[in-house]
Amino acid sequence: MARNPQLNANGELQHLLSTEGLPRDILLKILDTAESFVGVTERDIKKVPLLRGKSVFNLFFEGSTRTRTTFEIAAKRLSADVINLNVAVSSTSKGESLLDTVANLSAMQADIFVVRHGSSGAAHLVARHVKPHEHVINAGDGRHAHPTQGLLDLYTIRHYKKDFGDLTVAIVGDVLHSRVARSLIHGLTTLGAPEVRVIGPQTLIPAGAAALGVRVFHSMREGLQGADVVVMLRLQNERMSGALLPSAQEFNKHYGLTADKLALAKPDAIVMHPGPMNRGVEIDSSVADGPHSVILPQVTFGISVRMAVMSMIAGGG
Amino acid sequence: MASLPDAQKLCEQLARELKAQVKASTAMVGIHTGGAWLAERLHAALGMREPLGLLDIAFYRDDYAKQGLAKDPKRSKIPFEVEGRDVLLVDDVLHTGRTVRAAMNELFDYGRPASITLVVLAERGGRQLPICAQFAGARVEVPAGMRLRLKRDDKGKLSLELERGA
Repeated sequence: MARNPQLNANGELQHLLSTEGLPRDILLKILDTAESFVGVTERDIKKVPLLRGKSVFNLFFEGSTRTRTTFEIAAKRLSADVINLNVAVSSTSKGESLLDTVANLSAMQADIFVVRHGSSGAAHLVARHVKPHEHVINAGDGRHAHPTQGLLDLYTIRHYKKDFGDLTVAIVGDVLHSRVARSLIHGLTTLGAPEVRVIGPQTLIPAGAAALGVRVFHSMREGLQGADVVVMLRLQNERMSGALLPSAQEFNKHYGLTADKLALAKPDAIVMHPGPMNRGVEIDSSVADGPHSVILPQVTFGISVRMAVMSMIAGGG
Repeated sequence: MASLPDAQKLCEQLARELKAQVKASTAMVGIHTGGAWLAERLHAALGMREPLGLLDIAFYRDDYAKQGLAKDPKRSKIPFEVEGRDVLLVDDVLHTGRTVRAAMNELFDYGRPASITLVVLAERGGRQLPICAQFAGARVEVPAGMRLRLKRDDKGKLSLELERGA
């Protein structure tokens, strides 16, 4: 059996590339460790000395504010030094390859690379070429995976719903282009959530969705019925090639989350969104700012989850 | 390995010795896990007013680069203001002194205490840092290759035990 590229010979986390194939005990350890870091982030001095002397390179080939910032905060709260590279506008535009960029940064003594790239598999490629003491965290690769977002979603769900044992989770919208959805679905299945649903128009649900272990719905009315957790996805205009949708207004009419539609879910349902939100497209302001919304806590938990991942990969000999 | 001291009795003895030390504003912090068990006992026996604190020093260990993150880090809880406080820091066994150093570092990230007094159930040889306990229940000789640990059974009874491992 080929070794899981995310784990070292002792079965410990070496890189975080995808929630797919991550063993259940590692997933749980990340969530438990994050829980302890939440305690740190509630103090006046929100810093621990764990990663003193380590360098974290934020390597973003694709734009992002929230993810890059939360990685930066997480690394700083672990006392690491953080270098942000907006690669989209530097060397690569001069023709340098991804691996050349990484090799140069490695020569500057990096310990952790946080990589976001528009191509699926980019973080895996980097992970195959780094030195043994260097670690890679995937911060989003194409349509493939966004594992720290998936993990913070899992953390948020567990925080509000305590365990995954009899949860119904509905993931709504542009599942086809969503690496967030993919990462969350793999995590939920591993942790034993019995019912994961995806809801969206046929054109935005990937053909093999059922094979991921989810139930597919094309109607909000049916799909939201009895849901404990509603995860809204961003309508990804920038990834939309060809006419998958008539218009944003049309999408909003059928799949936008309004208070009326949310009433179909359980009375204590929580509403999540990975951001950035298109208000009035996939989610109405009354819901985004309403009592069921846990969208801002998601951002806060995201810091602790990223601290957990970095502290788990960067220690040891 | 005949006679290890009785942990229950040491605990009662420590509580008696600490009586004079405790003022209304004195706070107590136990180090996870054995120190926390002992601290629960002492805190109750001394009738302390400030709620008991708990430190898990996993994020402050000095062997992280070698050993990685500890297995199951718990959330530290310090439910009182540390600034200006007299703190009794409680651990089960004082050995190298590294745990106590880490605990002091963590405590200072909550505030600047007026004083820290170290209380341990047992101390043994092998100090690697200039740290000593102001209150130690007993001194125990530990054979090479063994370590001394505090155990708690289902009924909550504490006992000291020797086991293999440095």
